[in-house]
Amino acid sequence: MTDLSPTPDQPAAAKTSLLTLSPRTVKRNSAETRFKAYGIGAIAVGLMMLLVLVATIVGRGTGAFQQTFITVNVELLEAKLDKNGERNIEDIKRVTTFGYAPLLKTAMKNTVSELGIETDLKAKHLAGILSKSAVAQLRAYVLANPDQIGQTVEFRFLAQSRVDGYLKGRVSRESIENDKNISPAQLDLVDALVAAGVIEKTFNLDFILGSDASDQRPEAAGMGVSMLGSLFMMLVVLALALPIGVAASIYLEEFAPKNWITDVIEVNIANLAAVPSIVYGILGLAVFINYMHLPMSAPLVGGLVLTLMTLPTIIISTRASLKAVPPSIRDAALGVGASKMQSVFHHVLPLAAPGILTGTIIGLAQALGETAPLLLIGMVGFIASNAPETIGEGLLSPNSAMPAQIYEWAKRADPAFYERAWGGIIILLVFLVTMNTVAVVLRRRFERRW
Amino acid sequence: MPTFWLVVVLLALTALGFWFGRRRALASANGNPRDLHSLPVYYGANVSMSIAIPALLTLAIWLLAQPMVIENRVSALIPSELVPENTSLGLVMSDVRRLAEGLDEAIVQKVLTSEQALALDAETSDIRATLGSLGVALGSDVRPEVLQAAQSYRSLSRSGSTAMTVVCLLLALVGLVLSTRNSHKEFRARNVVERGVLALLVLAASLAILTTVGIVLSMLFETVNFFGLHAWKDFFFGSTWAPNFRGDSELSMLPLLWGTLYISAIALLVAVPVGLFAAIYLSEYAGPGVRAFAKPLLEILAGIPTIVYGLFALLTVGPLLLKVFGQGENGLLGLEWMTGATSVLTAGVVMGIMLIPFVSSLSDDIINAVPQSLRDGSLGLGATPSETVRQVVLPAALPGIVGAILLAASRAIGETMIVVMGAGAIAKFSANPFESMTTITTRVVSQLTGDTDFASPETLVAFALGLSLFVLTLGLNVLALYIVRKYREQYD
Repeated sequence: MTDLSPTPDQPAAAKTSLLTLSPRTVKRNSAETRFKAYGIGAIAVGLMMLLVLVATIVGRGTGAFQQTFITVNVELLEAKLDKNGERNIEDIKRVTTFGYAPLLKTAMKNTVSELGIETDLKAKHLAGILSKSAVAQLRAYVLANPDQIGQTVEFRFLAQSRVDGYLKGRVSRESIENDKNISPAQLDLVDALVAAGVIEKTFNLDFILGSDASDQRPEAAGMGVSMLGSLFMMLVVLALALPIGVAASIYLEEFAPKNWITDVIEVNIANLAAVPSIVYGILGLAVFINYMHLPMSAPLVGGLVLTLMTLPTIIISTRASLKAVPPSIRDAALGVGASKMQSVFHHVLPLAAPGILTGTIIGLAQALGETAPLLLIGMVGFIASNAPETIGEGLLSPNSAMPAQIYEWAKRADPAFYERAWGGIIILLVFLVTMNTVAVVLRRRFERRW
Repeated sequence: MPTFWLVVVLLALTALGFWFGRRRALASANGNPRDLHSLPVYYGANVSMSIAIPALLTLAIWLLAQPMVIENRVSALIPSELVPENTSLGLVMSDVRRLAEGLDEAIVQKVLTSEQALALDAETSDIRATLGSLGVALGSDVRPEVLQAAQSYRSLSRSGSTAMTVVCLLLALVGLVLSTRNSHKEFRARNVVERGVLALLVLAASLAILTTVGIVLSMLFETVNFFGLHAWKDFFFGSTWAPNFRGDSELSMLPLLWGTLYISAIALLVAVPVGLFAAIYLSEYAGPGVRAFAKPLLEILAGIPTIVYGLFALLTVGPLLLKVFGQGENGLLGLEWMTGATSVLTAGVVMGIMLIPFVSSLSDDIINAVPQSLRDGSLGLGATPSETVRQVVLPAALPGIVGAILLAASRAIGETMIVVMGAGAIAKFSANPFESMTTITTRVVSQLTGDTDFASPETLVAFALGLSLFVLTLGLNVLALYIVRKYREQYD
């Protein structure tokens, strides 16, 4: 008998009904609801942050893909550009960009008067709404087409960044009170020209493919050259980190004897994965630049530093996919007479390849977005203006990288560069999202469950 | 021969060797591969490996060692009175190197013939102008000693690279001859090749060790140099960070450490509650649908590059906080606590957002590892789910969660871009989260970017800071991994 009869000296239990909740149950239930709400709240906060981040990036960055252009007819005066009239290219080259400035002033004046716009601005200020790169564009055109001298040609020039900002709502009449670069009268002119269809905002391919520009010309700056820099770095990372990482994982997973040396290597790799990235930058500066005298700012050095940084990631994911290949495969290979090495290279490795590939792509994506080590090896602080022409030049001549270029723009004083920085982030994220999607698709498509 | 072509020649020899070894082995078996000990491929691979591995390894070691040897020999040529005060031999040596490179460049561009370059005289000809026209800018006029050192630098590096070419090619040829002679049908080619491949695999695995050694040594050497120029007591126990490039700086780590820890603490204050509650909800309450939707979305936050967070701090969160807590009458609250957009709070909050998925996915794994029987027992006794979580699951998972928080802390301490862009540059001890403060990583970046002179304590201090950072984060990681590992063993 296990049932106990209530002892008589115990106080009588409070009379409760199952149909009414006691105050304590109410308290406990509401604590339960609160607790659950905290959890939902936490997830909501996290997701909201993601939403805010994405909305900020898209909202602030899409503007960079559009740019304001001004269409003007310029008369290429022979008297200014080629005094001898011999169309000798050396003579034409002697005219500097200063010599082209008057042409633009005249062209702007003519455009304004043809459209019948009333303005009391001087010709100098009329041409002031054009970008400072307009003269260079004009000169490049004339040098490429000397036979056009004496003709009137239609050009699409970039508008200067204040005008661009005015059309995008970044610059207003209040914000330019102390601005030397633009005056309210010029904005009136811009309004009139917009109404006449001379000024237009269109898609700007040069932002994606072009090169960086100096502090004075935010409207001309683009990501193209730094994209090439990133591409060359990724080539170095792929060429070094993949073979070395796979070789190291094969050894650790398939051949390494269980002893303290193997243990040290394993602990080491786990810790290297958590070393702050800036420490790799210090390593790169001290070893590759200071000791080996490799060139500063070269994508080769950036690639080497990022290789060291990505190796632990690749090793960890490769080991996981090697481990996922069942031992029966190895046993079968050994059973029909393959050596240990043959069983690994002919059977295990091909079966693990999709997993290795996925890990490598994720590692590359991580390396592509990394900035801190690049600051130390000098991939910031200059203007990446020339696209490399050969592979050797691409590896060794100074260049920037996408995240370094974004940082560089964010540091500059002119707010017009901030829009570029956000736009740059959109481009960077497009790359990262693509790489990660490819990795996920590869995993879904080729993953084998044993 | 330039290194590039040397490598090309070696690779060509390797390919040739493969074909040659394979053919010779087959010929020794009268063309019948069944009579060979190994598959024909292995005979080829054996020859290839004996050509490529010794030669390429020698090449790599030679390329690493040559600059050091030459540097030592040449710097012995420079008399110590030539080194200006307050600078080091290193600066003069970089002049020498630049001059030597400039002369080589001049010969390539046919401005000078090699005889002319050798006969140059610092007194009579204006080398600086000649090289300047080629785009090689020299810092000062060339002194005879420097020119002499540069000439010997050139001759040493030329003879060095000639010797390198000869040695490498010789090694390759010896390898070719020896291994081809071995290629007959009795030779156990597969065993030899596999031993070689295994050696390569070991080499790749030990690269991880090499990286760590490289990190520690590169920072340790410069740190020792730094402590030779600057008192270690000031670095560890001083109270002011005031680098001054004219010398006489006060370089103490403590204000930077304070800023680092303060910002990390704020980041954890944001990330830990949010991350932990998200993990609890996802593992204890959420259905599979919510889980499949919310978990990957949260993890996107961890995949966003830090530069994006940095920009977010600099251009969005900073100005927003300034508008709320600053700007006096024009602000939202009419307060004047904040004067600039960069502050401890800005960097801390943004870093906290970055760490949310880090805390949540680690804690999620750990909470999931708590055996279901514990939950069932608690629920069976009449506890509500939240009481089960608070009184049973969390205590069981606590060591693991502490480990996860320590890992997040180590990430926060080592984070660079967010603090570079969001935290500011003023080193001070202050408890006000609205002030801008600076961190170890920020100072490493600012001391090492731009023109750096590896002889001044103001530059070298970055290495001491880097080493401190490395030790700090390594310590936290090891501790965290130890705790996590110990906990995992409990329920297995």
